[in-house]
Amino acid sequence: MALESAEFSPRRIFHRTAARMVAGIDGPLFALSLALVALGLATLFSASYENPGRVSAQLTHLALAITAMWLVAQIPPQTLMRFAVPAYLFGVALLVAVALAGDVVNGARRWLHVGVARFQPSEMMKLALPLMLAWYFHRNEATLRMRDFAVAAVLLAVPVLLIARQPDLGTAVLVAAAGCYVIFFAGIGWKVIAALGVLGLASLFPLWGMLHDYQRRRILTLIDPTQDPLGAGYHIIQSTIAVGSGGITGKGWLHGTQTHLEFIPERHTDFIFAVYSEEFGLIGNLILLTLYTLLIARGLMIAANAATFFARLLAATITLMFFTYAFVNMGMVSGILPVVGVPLPFISYGGTALLTLFIGIGILMSVHSHRRLVQT
Amino acid sequence: MRLGELKNHERELHLFQLRIGFAGFAVLAAFALLFARFIHLQVVQHDAYASKAEENRISIVPIAPNRGLILDRNGVVLARNYSAYTLEIFPAKVRDLERTIQELEEVVEIQAKDRTRFRKLFAEIRNAESLPIRTRLTDEEVARFAANRYRFPGVEIKARLFRQYPFGEVASHVIGYIGRINQKDQEKLAELEVEANYRGTDYIGKSGLEASYQQELHGTTGFEQVEIDAAGRGIRTLARTNAEAGNNVTLTLDIKLQEIAEAAFGERRGALVAIEPSSGSVLAFVSKPGFDPNLFVDGIDSASWAELNNSPDRPLINRAIAGIYPPGSTFKPYMAMAALELGKRTQKSAINDPGYFEFGGRRFRDSKPGGHGHVDLYKSIVVSSDTFYYQLANDMGIDAIADFMGKFGFGAKSGIDLEGEATGVLPSQEWKQRRFRRPEQQKWYAGETISIGIGQGYNAYTPIQLAVALATLAANGDMYRPRLASHIDNLRTGERRQIEPALLKRIPLKAENIEFVKRAMAGVNKEGTGARSFGSAQYTNGGKTGTAQVIGMKQNEKYDERKVAERHRDHSLFIVFAPLESPKIALFAIVENGGFGARAAAPIARTVLDYYLLGKLPESSTAGDATGALKPGAAALEEEVESD
Repeated sequence: MALESAEFSPRRIFHRTAARMVAGIDGPLFALSLALVALGLATLFSASYENPGRVSAQLTHLALAITAMWLVAQIPPQTLMRFAVPAYLFGVALLVAVALAGDVVNGARRWLHVGVARFQPSEMMKLALPLMLAWYFHRNEATLRMRDFAVAAVLLAVPVLLIARQPDLGTAVLVAAAGCYVIFFAGIGWKVIAALGVLGLASLFPLWGMLHDYQRRRILTLIDPTQDPLGAGYHIIQSTIAVGSGGITGKGWLHGTQTHLEFIPERHTDFIFAVYSEEFGLIGNLILLTLYTLLIARGLMIAANAATFFARLLAATITLMFFTYAFVNMGMVSGILPVVGVPLPFISYGGTALLTLFIGIGILMSVHSHRRLVQT
Repeated sequence: MRLGELKNHERELHLFQLRIGFAGFAVLAAFALLFARFIHLQVVQHDAYASKAEENRISIVPIAPNRGLILDRNGVVLARNYSAYTLEIFPAKVRDLERTIQELEEVVEIQAKDRTRFRKLFAEIRNAESLPIRTRLTDEEVARFAANRYRFPGVEIKARLFRQYPFGEVASHVIGYIGRINQKDQEKLAELEVEANYRGTDYIGKSGLEASYQQELHGTTGFEQVEIDAAGRGIRTLARTNAEAGNNVTLTLDIKLQEIAEAAFGERRGALVAIEPSSGSVLAFVSKPGFDPNLFVDGIDSASWAELNNSPDRPLINRAIAGIYPPGSTFKPYMAMAALELGKRTQKSAINDPGYFEFGGRRFRDSKPGGHGHVDLYKSIVVSSDTFYYQLANDMGIDAIADFMGKFGFGAKSGIDLEGEATGVLPSQEWKQRRFRRPEQQKWYAGETISIGIGQGYNAYTPIQLAVALATLAANGDMYRPRLASHIDNLRTGERRQIEPALLKRIPLKAENIEFVKRAMAGVNKEGTGARSFGSAQYTNGGKTGTAQVIGMKQNEKYDERKVAERHRDHSLFIVFAPLESPKIALFAIVENGGFGARAAAPIARTVLDYYLLGKLPESSTAGDATGALKPGAAALEEEVESD
């Protein structure tokens, strides 16, 4: 379509570079996630008035995360598939290393020292496990039977159990959920799902015995937070007060008393939704829910139109993970789910979470731009 | 084939899209549920939560009370508080702990042990508001930090009270120490339902009187209602309930006497308990070696801890209440008393002591080869004849002995106001049945009764029990519960609460029997085994030496001190009370592995009594003599030496 003579026009070069830059970037997805991030930064600014450095730090994280998103969006799903097995094995190896030589913080062994930095290998499992399972199902696509689902269950159980015994029940449940989503989308029979559901309910009782004291307390406190108003119940009591006192219109940006009087614990990370909800009220919550719904709808659309089994499974699972984080976090802050350490996607402060989320967005974009099978 | 695959593929895609639809539906349902919850909180219950948020503007800040003092009977301070600055980190407000600590190092000195302690506390105490990285800052360090304060959000200087024990090791087992409240302490506080009174308090008594009088010493926590501004800082105090300082506890102990007693032990291990027989007041309470309780106050460093904990001398064991020892020959006056009271012997009963007692074909040897010849009851105590008491024990039988000795508190907790008292063993048929599992072990053999008579065998008592038994004998059978605290002062109200002497029981004993046993004990110190130490005393007194075997000897083997390893040498024991007529002090002393009772324990007892009754300070030469317990040339002592 281009003429030879036009090749050297600076304008043309600029346009071509720009086109190259935005290639693979999905407009709606990018816009929705940026809108969420913007709300997050505004809330973070309010939550960390005593430490304004957090906002600029989060902006740095954001720049890094968007770069990662762009890079991942350029990688075709077929190439991504090659990372599945090594990423999974590497992740499991790191989890074993944590179990043997990790750092103990607040009584749990979750962190691994790498040179000067520390990081949580469980975080990387959130992407590595779905990648691995999607790869596995894709490879056996034509002949999927019960045996394959059993193998998938084992692949799921290994990292989940390693994370659960750190102990980090919250992350274990989230990683397990990611695995279950892949299995669900791969087409496991409804009868099997029903049977597993019954089995799962039945195993709640022995599971209760295996829980750590603080985990039990969290669940019991959820049922009646007033039982322990200065201990485990404190988080829930204070965050529901924040949400409830926000009312329909909210107290206004920077005017949340719960936030600014330091009644909300972890108010820039896991409990940031309490800050948001206090200051922006029911209307703000509706906006947030709408943004999440649109993001998820776009993700599921991309999944439905994906070219390969692998891409389909991966896209659908990543989308549902966004939903899970958002639902679990908001449910926890508003007091209908137990307190587990889950950040609110795109809103909570934290570099690792933001990076994981934008890599997920990047994968969705890659799936979308490679939705037609390329014939070679 | 290709068509089939394609069809299959289409079916699969259809299935997948169905599931996507299902997922979308689930997402909408979940979000609808959340939205319903938001409406419930933000519309339906908005008013209730709004008023709760309003109330939240008032923050309640606990004010920790000052801990009460511990004083000796003359008002000398044994445990006090002093104010010092600590540098505290608020973990929730600090992003990178390691870096913050590293940067703090440029401003104040932070040693490896400070870091270790901080890390330990951080791992142990969840949700701690603030934790100390450095304690006891100098004024210069405070000023330097203040100038750099802007660099360290989440790090603050706090003024805190620290406990201090001015006498260091002296009386360490009596006073005890305080330490940080741990999980176990917290559970105990919850059980006592006093948790609320401990908000704002970080320390608690861990051992000694600091632990047993914790509730008295602690005081009442105050509260301040503070209105806080938008930045969470207090702007106005709305109401204040002051903390009430803990009560002062005054002891019956005389710290000067205590110091003299501990000095008399030198480097030797052992215990000493001195009691006022007419009240049960403890005058001196020694467990050697001791430890410096100041080490524990802001968390003991691991090197000191390892040293205390791994030392073969076991300095952390309170020997006076938790060490159990055979009483050896100090048991004999009680045996004589039992014989008289139960009519098994009269004051005139006598035997011919050939140097052994034969029972069931086995010879129980006397410590004096060849025996003491003609021995009556009086002489049996004065020269400490073993043969006499072998025979007596055999005649009485184990249950009669146990029954009588039980009255004097042998083998039962004394009830002293300290935690961690051991029970000891008063052997009896019933005890053996309880103690052992196998039937052949449970049976009591008559031969086992014989060495019970000279304070050996299964006999095992704590020093506090042996001191209480002597005080009871000295008080003609009146037994008082031993006590270390004499009164408790509430500084705010000026109210003084006396801890009255508690008369536990009056053992009915015939006056002539008491008089006889006391006379025989006076004979011990005048002309018998205690004469070397007490012959020259300027007050009347009665005593008894004792030597307790640490290892068993074969039947015909002779104990030779020089051939036995230091830790297997006999324990040296001594009991003494004075004056004879109306005793003011009854004392038990044991020197572990000190050899014969007359040599190591008796001189210590003499030093303590001389000071208590005459105000006489020990000459340094006396102490030197006491340490020379293991000098060669012990042959000179051989004659006045006694026992087992």
